[in-house]
Amino acid sequence: MSAVVLGPAPAATGSFSRGFAWAFSRDMLLAIRHPGETFLVLAFFVLVASLFPLGVGADPQLLSRIGCGVIWVCALLAAFLSLPGLFAGDYADGTLEQMAVSPHPMPSWVVGKILAHWMISGLPLTVLSPFLGLQFGLSADTLGTLAVALALGTPILSLLGGACAALSLGARGGGMLLALLALPLFVPVLVFGAGAAEAQAAGTSAAPHLSLLGAGLILAAMGVPFAICAAVRIALD
Amino acid sequence: MNWFYFASPATFYRLAGRLAPWFFAAAALFAAAGLYVGFVVAPTDAQQGEVYRVIFIHVPAAWMSMFLYFVMAVYGALSLSFNTRLSAMMARAVAPTGALFTFIALWTGAFWGRPTWGTYWAWDARMTSELVLLFLYFGFLALASAFEDPRRGDRAAALLALIGVVNLPIIYFSVKWWNTLHQGSSVSFRGTSMHVAMLQSMLLMSAAAWMYAIGATLTRVRAIILEREVRTHWVRALAAGGP
Repeated sequence: MSAVVLGPAPAATGSFSRGFAWAFSRDMLLAIRHPGETFLVLAFFVLVASLFPLGVGADPQLLSRIGCGVIWVCALLAAFLSLPGLFAGDYADGTLEQMAVSPHPMPSWVVGKILAHWMISGLPLTVLSPFLGLQFGLSADTLGTLAVALALGTPILSLLGGACAALSLGARGGGMLLALLALPLFVPVLVFGAGAAEAQAAGTSAAPHLSLLGAGLILAAMGVPFAICAAVRIALD
Repeated sequence: MNWFYFASPATFYRLAGRLAPWFFAAAALFAAAGLYVGFVVAPTDAQQGEVYRVIFIHVPAAWMSMFLYFVMAVYGALSLSFNTRLSAMMARAVAPTGALFTFIALWTGAFWGRPTWGTYWAWDARMTSELVLLFLYFGFLALASAFEDPRRGDRAAALLALIGVVNLPIIYFSVKWWNTLHQGSSVSFRGTSMHVAMLQSMLLMSAAAWMYAIGATLTRVRAIILEREVRTHWVRALAAGGP
């Protein structure tokens, strides 16, 4: 982390926008300087999704039926894999504590970090998902719905996962504990996300599922950052 | 009157010790009465035959599984906002009983589902959300015990319990919102769609479940208090054979 130039010293008075911009640009810069981690997440996503046709058999009808669900589960697991690094590195080297005592309000840089996490995990997964859908023989409009549902759902995963990552800072059990905390909370996103693409594939409207996902995203974006702040404060206590 | 007299672990330890046997005794009485009414007095169901009698365990367990999570979250909120030690200990003491009732609700539901629906398990909205509740309990217990400092575990787990509270309305309203396999409720405050003896037995069994949950929580919180306060004078005096 110390290799990153932090720019000029922050002004004594904090503001939401500057705290947000600082945390976002810092995490994006870190991700660009270490592109391997993002590629690992994507490679995992593609690899696991490719295991399913080999495991359940290459019957095109079966594949097109389970395709949406498989891609959603893979996206969920891939997004989950990148969670431990979200706060753990900064927590271990003391950066998190410095950010907490900075004049910027805590939600500002927490939201910045979460958005950066989504840009390097959820967004690439969303962009990649139509190509994986082709592997499963999904139709063109199903692919579109799948991508829209992932675009709405993966930010919720980043938010909820961020809360769990902050809660489990310094805990024994590491990744397994994080899985036990985060995956049950991901279930509603999976249900509505996969439901949208499946409704489209079945010929009914995907709009209700997408509306519920959008409503979930708005609620999560309003509430979860404060939960993450509380969790970070507990971790730094 | 000092409202916070029993907020001290030392005084609450003695109170819990005195109350717990009474709650267990009440649980045994209610359970005996409820099982008698349920198995002897209540008539055979016209559609389901004898198998419907699972309801006398299943419904109280399912009610308790949701209610105890709510209780746990309230204790968690109290411990986070007022920083009281006993609230956090109570939240941890409630969690295993809540997980137990969730498991009983799922297990008896499977045995009820097999003869009536023809399947042990379906990915119906209510079952899935109840399963998520079980994992929320497990997550709470795992997170609470994952830290060297028990106070840190208490606070992190309390926050997790508060985040997980959004699952409760989903479970409760799932039969209305999705209208899948699981049937709707037969009991409401305006009346009931079942035989009076069935309702009586179910309410008696619910009372038994309440009493058992309170007794078990009080017993468990006593153990947690002793564990946490082991370095205090009163616990040492107790261990040395004091009052």
